[in-house]
Amino acid sequence: MKAMHSACRRDFLRKCLTGAAVLGAGGGAELLAAAEPGAAQAKSRVVVARDAMLRGTGATVDSRRMEGLLDRAMQTLFDRDRPIEAWKKLVRPGETVGLKVNTLGGRGVASNQQLVEAICERLQQAGIRAGDIVVWDRDSEEMEHAGFHLSMGGNRVQCFGTDQAGYEDDLVAFGSVGSRLSKILTQRTNVLINLPVLKDHDGAGVTIALKNMYGVIHNPNKYHPNGCDPYIADLNMLPVIRTRMRLTICDATTAMYEGGPGYKPEHSWKCNALLVSQDPVALDYTGWQIIERKRAEMGLKTLKGEDRAPNYIATAADSQHKLGTNDPRRISTLEV
Amino acid sequence: MFCESGRQQGESLAVRGEPNPFNRRSFLMCALASGAAMGLGEFAEPAAAMPLGAGAQKQDDAQFTIEAKFYQKLQNKKIKCNLCPRGCTVGDKERGYCGVRENRGGTYYSLVHSRVCAAHVDPVEKKPLFHYLPGTVAFSLATAGCNVNCKFCQNWNISQSRPEQVPAEYVPPQRVAALAKQYGCPTIAYTYSEPVIFAEFLMDAADAGHEAGVWSIVVSNGYMQEEAMRAAYGKMDAVKIDLKAFSESYYRDVVTGQLKPVLESLVTLKKMGKWTEIVYLVLPGLNDSDAEFRGLATWIKTNLGEDVPLHFTQFHPEYLLKNLPITPVPTLERAKAIADAEGLHYVYIGNVPGHPAQNTYCPKCRRMLVERVGFTASQMLIRKDNSCPFCRHPIPGIWHA
Repeated sequence: MKAMHSACRRDFLRKCLTGAAVLGAGGGAELLAAAEPGAAQAKSRVVVARDAMLRGTGATVDSRRMEGLLDRAMQTLFDRDRPIEAWKKLVRPGETVGLKVNTLGGRGVASNQQLVEAICERLQQAGIRAGDIVVWDRDSEEMEHAGFHLSMGGNRVQCFGTDQAGYEDDLVAFGSVGSRLSKILTQRTNVLINLPVLKDHDGAGVTIALKNMYGVIHNPNKYHPNGCDPYIADLNMLPVIRTRMRLTICDATTAMYEGGPGYKPEHSWKCNALLVSQDPVALDYTGWQIIERKRAEMGLKTLKGEDRAPNYIATAADSQHKLGTNDPRRISTLEV
Repeated sequence: MFCESGRQQGESLAVRGEPNPFNRRSFLMCALASGAAMGLGEFAEPAAAMPLGAGAQKQDDAQFTIEAKFYQKLQNKKIKCNLCPRGCTVGDKERGYCGVRENRGGTYYSLVHSRVCAAHVDPVEKKPLFHYLPGTVAFSLATAGCNVNCKFCQNWNISQSRPEQVPAEYVPPQRVAALAKQYGCPTIAYTYSEPVIFAEFLMDAADAGHEAGVWSIVVSNGYMQEEAMRAAYGKMDAVKIDLKAFSESYYRDVVTGQLKPVLESLVTLKKMGKWTEIVYLVLPGLNDSDAEFRGLATWIKTNLGEDVPLHFTQFHPEYLLKNLPITPVPTLERAKAIADAEGLHYVYIGNVPGHPAQNTYCPKCRRMLVERVGFTASQMLIRKDNSCPFCRHPIPGIWHA
């Protein structure tokens, strides 16, 4: 009897929530996809989309194939037949969207331009104005070195670094370190799409989704002790980040299994993949496993064997942070 | 446009007990509005600020960048920094904890040589150094960056920032020395942020100063490896060390550092024969127990001697510890009483204007030898031979140029 009541209540709540979403969205739009895992029992979905022919016969990524790869990943993640439907699950017209790229590694290993262009295209098709999209990182010069063309003002996709916008005067903190946030994040965007790259990191073990947020604060150097643990997790707890984060699309077209975060051609490989998820912890866990497999293939020790296992991932999943899951039993990895 | 700095306390850019006039906005305004001032020689009063500014224009990193001195190269283009006890291992394209040293392709660079983000003409009592040329002024400067992260830092706007985030001006060593002379400063003071992290610049500026007849002093946390300290602070004429607490837990939780290396630095400075004074900022409830005061005083007496000046200074809420109250004066007086009882000869109370424990007294005859009002030495009676004029007891310090 008790169980029945409970079930009825859940059912009632589900119907109410669905109704509210429809009412709130107007025009019958669906509820926007939450950025973090919802129900406790739900598995976090991580899509690993690959295309062995991403570069055709050349060295550079083919734009059309990249668009196809992105579409495949997004449609799989959101279980939609058409790419635009997937993007409409993520954003609404009128929102301002920040694409946080990673350009530290220069042209060798930075967020792929073709990928960024494809995302911008799909966002606009989903109703986001070009001028409401900001492609950004911490430093404009680094972005230019990575091949991005700066663009400020006008009704076109914006592209610049925090050096152009500055940092907030006020400090924010979760844990022991206080930081000033990029004004691009706080003032120019209300949706954050994280576009990290898949890399080995000399301190943290790996640098993927969660660590890419080091590029939104003025003092990332204060977050590096102890393998960046718990600092990476703490940083991602900041409400300004957490409430804006909707999706991570990790560019693994070129990845690094050793020697990161600076680009080392001798330790990189053409992985030709994208990792996409709304759970950054699950994505980092999945990316870590990919790097470990590559390290094993290359005859290298595990990261743990090198005393730099990415312990921050477990911290991000712990009861104090709950940023996602690092439990492989609760991660649904979808290879497409 | 000038910014007042003459009333400021300690190594801080802020005015103790008053609203911080150098909040980030006003600091930047001051810097931006006065970018040309340095070159124009507009400074007339010794206590006036030396506003700097690169304006909003992009700073040319190249002119501030030199290869760092204290590091070793590792495999995979990594480096290990040997400047401070943190000993950062830094990968290519990354910076050390201080934020001002960067690994570029396996070579480690300082990004702050001659990159002065703050400069003022301050009374030397503001450092505070009480046994060093009382009544004189010091050409005081800083770059961005710090190798710790004290939760009470009053200059966090510069100390916890990266150099490119703070307006700065190119002031090479010879220019530093020339400016010090121009403004009647017998001393250059490296202060405000943490001079450990701009050691190369400090060394070159000290050399330039000495060639021009200007001395150098440093206001530091002492969190430095011995070899680097001997090389850099060996060029100093006096040193003030912020001993932030006498417990490792405080250093770990509040400072993000370690106590032991700082104590070792103090011993090293003694071996080097450097005139050293110690400041202990007292934070209510965090480092103000009798046991800690007693342990501190005993350690100083045993390891450094009873003549090392010890300044207990009042805390004002700042940065990440705005929830704490101002240190009650009775707490400071209790600290002094304990240190006095342990046998230290020169124990001062700082940041409490008008307190009699700001003055220097002869430990033998108890007569007042140096009277201080605010940061001004209003009376200085110590003889040329560094002795008490009343009883001839020797008074340690550098009293006369």
